[in-house]
Amino acid sequence: MSNTYTHSVTLDKDLCQGCINCIKRCPTEAIRVRNGKAIILKERCIDCGECVRVCPHHAKKVIHNVLSDYSHFKHLVALPAPSLYAQFNNLHDTEIVLAGLLDIGFDSFYEVARAAELVSDATRKIIDKIPKPVISSACPAVVRLIKVRFPHLIEHVLPFVSPMELAARLAKQEIMEKTGLAEEEIGCIFISPCPAKITAINNPIGSSKTYVDGAVAMKDVYPLLLSSMKNPSKNVDASAGRIGISWASSGGESSGLVTVENYLACDGIENVIKVLEDLEDDKLGKLDFVELNACPAGCVGGVLTVENPFIAKTKLKAIRKYLPVSMNNLQNSIPTNMLWDTELEYNPVFELKGNRMERFQKYSEMEQLLEELPGLDCSFCGSPNCRTFADDVVRGYAKKEDCVVIMRRKMDKIKSALE
Amino acid sequence: MEPIKFNYTVPGDDFTAAGQASTDLKRKLKTMGVDSKSLRNINISLYEGEINLAIHAGGGEITVLVFPDKVEMYLDDNGPGIVDIELALTEGYSGASDAVRSLGFGAGMGLPNMKKYADEFYIESEVGKGTHIKMIVHLQ
Repeated sequence: MSNTYTHSVTLDKDLCQGCINCIKRCPTEAIRVRNGKAIILKERCIDCGECVRVCPHHAKKVIHNVLSDYSHFKHLVALPAPSLYAQFNNLHDTEIVLAGLLDIGFDSFYEVARAAELVSDATRKIIDKIPKPVISSACPAVVRLIKVRFPHLIEHVLPFVSPMELAARLAKQEIMEKTGLAEEEIGCIFISPCPAKITAINNPIGSSKTYVDGAVAMKDVYPLLLSSMKNPSKNVDASAGRIGISWASSGGESSGLVTVENYLACDGIENVIKVLEDLEDDKLGKLDFVELNACPAGCVGGVLTVENPFIAKTKLKAIRKYLPVSMNNLQNSIPTNMLWDTELEYNPVFELKGNRMERFQKYSEMEQLLEELPGLDCSFCGSPNCRTFADDVVRGYAKKEDCVVIMRRKMDKIKSALE
Repeated sequence: MEPIKFNYTVPGDDFTAAGQASTDLKRKLKTMGVDSKSLRNINISLYEGEINLAIHAGGGEITVLVFPDKVEMYLDDNGPGIVDIELALTEGYSGASDAVRSLGFGAGMGLPNMKKYADEFYIESEVGKGTHIKMIVHLQ
């Protein structure tokens, strides 16, 4: 698995200046500067996109395709993330956006908000069968974070495929029945607000196979849509209500559970980490549901969106106003195509390697080295802080002399010996 | 084998600072690869201890000794001491003030939880002098 894992966050070496902005802000301490350029430690990266957000030189990029890359499909289905609707000014209904999608090259659409309403319904049905608090699995960056840092919380994660994945599964079924096309002739393309969801296509969470065939960035589709929406050639019907649309911003998924009032909704990766730490320590008391979004304000804050996340949240309210509460419900029990078929496994990338004694010894060395280090967290060594540097040295990823203060002390010693 | 030693100072009556030691220790032990069950036991017992130091003792000192196979935690304070230790170890009994209870603490589970989650629990207390607690969690 690990050798086939592909990330969507990447680095443009020519643009990278080797500054320390990204290494300081990475929530999983997955970036180092080596030989004047940033490198991403692949096993630690959760594709949250924080580095893309903070890089002043635009060297951190999100690998994504453009629409023309998918022209080989006979039928192209757009899977618009609900956050797409929040990108436009004075929008009062989503149908004009959906009609616009048909004019920029898609043959049909399946609103991810529609699938989200089904996930909401399924969550209501399953919530009492999972250890509380149930943690949402909608944000792939959060699920990956839990996988590498919070093994104790894995059993709390909602074992459903994401609304994006479900939308693709349902869309393919629908189009196959309608057109008689084979599954592989239909391309389901997600319009993504973030790199984390693009990575989830290449490396699905909880499922062995994805039905999503690709993704385009919301910011790339935005200008095309702006012009196509001026004068759409077709009339279409939207089929998602308030609950589905609300998934785009923080608190939306939780409020969609309707009967569950004892929930926590938190956004922004640093806040998410704090909540996960406290959840792990049982410090938050009794909660039924926990919704965590890596981006500020929720998916509307994704790095591939256009609008300011908080304005987007306001716009979302205007769009929701005239919608029915929900337009999609499960007819029977939870269908198997919504459930994970692969268990979430702890990936202990932050743990030192070796048997108990070896790990103890390495950790002991690390603490000793930490005492020698200046504690300035200056990042001149290329690690985010002194503690991580000591960790890197013990693991063999860095040399003690990479610390400029230690080097300076050495030089001073030599100098005074010569005098 | 020399143990790895960590020291923490818990200030009195500062609820925002209480919990910092257990959070910091948890992160360190995670890097060391301590299993999640032991980690949880260490974390809960130490957190309860920190809260006690903050709300009852007017602050105190925590010393943690990490061995390859166990973690020892020492909590020392010069606070008012405990009059009846047996009673204080009863679930639901609390000596917390109303002010402290209004903040959501003082449910009477502090010492009982420490005793429950630590594999070994020792307490000595003298009224007017202070309380000394030693807790040991054996690593799996």
